[in-house]
Amino acid sequence: MTLELHAQRQPEAARATPLFKAAAAIAWKDLRTELRSKETISAMLVFALVAIMIFSFALELDRTGREASAAGILWVTLVFAGSLGLGRSLGREKDQHCLDGLLLAPIDRSALYFGKLAGNALFMAVVAVVLLPIMTILFDVSFFRPLVPLVVLMGIVGYAGVGTLIASMSIYARGGEVMLPILLLPIALSILIPAVRATRGLLEMVPFAELSTWFNLLLGTNVIYIVLAYMLFGFVVEE
Amino acid sequence: MSATVVEGSPATTVTTHRPPLALTVLTVFTALMLLAASYMAFLYAPTELTMGAVQRIFYFHVGAAWAGALAFLVTVVAGVAYLITGKRSWDIVGFSSVEVGLALVTITLASGPVWAQFAWGKPWTWDPKLTAAAVMWLSYAAYLMLRQGIEDQRRQARFGAVYGIVAFASVMVTYVGVRFITATIHPAVVGPSASTGQGDFGMAPRIRNAMIFSFLTFTFVFATLLWHRIRLAHLTDRVALLKARLLSRLG
Repeated sequence: MTLELHAQRQPEAARATPLFKAAAAIAWKDLRTELRSKETISAMLVFALVAIMIFSFALELDRTGREASAAGILWVTLVFAGSLGLGRSLGREKDQHCLDGLLLAPIDRSALYFGKLAGNALFMAVVAVVLLPIMTILFDVSFFRPLVPLVVLMGIVGYAGVGTLIASMSIYARGGEVMLPILLLPIALSILIPAVRATRGLLEMVPFAELSTWFNLLLGTNVIYIVLAYMLFGFVVEE
Repeated sequence: MSATVVEGSPATTVTTHRPPLALTVLTVFTALMLLAASYMAFLYAPTELTMGAVQRIFYFHVGAAWAGALAFLVTVVAGVAYLITGKRSWDIVGFSSVEVGLALVTITLASGPVWAQFAWGKPWTWDPKLTAAAVMWLSYAAYLMLRQGIEDQRRQARFGAVYGIVAFASVMVTYVGVRFITATIHPAVVGPSASTGQGDFGMAPRIRNAMIFSFLTFTFVFATLLWHRIRLAHLTDRVALLKARLLSRLG
């Protein structure tokens, strides 16, 4: 509808706001909107809690079973909760035509990407912070081990990194909410595999030397996806 | 859709759309190659000693996997070319290649478990190669669904290009990344097999010949199907154009 608006690309000189500042402003905007309505984060949290309960009931695991599967359950829950947040974060911009406004702003397109990424990662991190103590109690497996927060953070950033790109496409598809997990989960598997393996290793007290390859793989995947999304995001929101 | 048409021949001209001669020749040639490949797989190649007759699945399983991966690589190249040039013909190459590739990977995924049931005693494991193949199939099925859900043709093309690139990266990361870390039990048919691999087999010359020939055959199968699919897409575009032109005349 607002094709004419998009067509007027901002002249380069007008893009004065530095990338970091612009990205931070967008993340801050998302955070403030969320603090007022709290609708996304509460949906994510309630979903995550329900999912944990269901896993806990459905699997009825013994001690070793719990230790072996706690990492997987944590990540599955985080990833599904995260996809709720990602869908809302970009869907909201499109529904209210805020995306048009954001694209008109004198900022680089990648600032929009990094701002959204930061906001989405932050929401997922909040869910993780609530989830970890609850899972520690419910599954009787302590998640409070060194390096667990690092793995969780890396996994979240990678997932939000590729998820922000995919969600910015899925919102344009018919039945966008249904499309997002279908589009995102196969791609996100390459982040999930090292994240789950590393978390599981840490929970089972495997020495770090044996896990470092998973950390490297997780880091490498994050870098690949974020660089790729950074380069491609402009094409997604263009027009 | 735009109803103003400037290019192309007038709608009144009756043009037949026979496939070009080269395509016909290629199609016949590929069909013959498929027959020859079947002959080599079933009769020419000797029965493998440890795995028995079920090993003959490999000739099609591996050939289709190779051609499928090639198809998705073509999609990446077409995607990059589309994002740079914005030409519809690149987009057509991109999604045509996905459709053909998906069919080829389906052959691989369907034939693999049959072999694995005999060799490993179970049809599926979460081995790097199998994981990568499953991710590949799912991502590109999602690719087609994404395109289907989008009305605007140019947006469809842009998203297709972007998703095609990201999906390929994901397949590579899953495959290469996981493979370097965990030992695969999947036999490496080409190149050195992992020392832990169960199905490691030195190739007898006839087995090797049949394998090489099946690689070649499936490359041809891919090229032929891709060409047909691209041609079909161009014809579909032309029909849409003529329809629009007709409607604008009537209206």
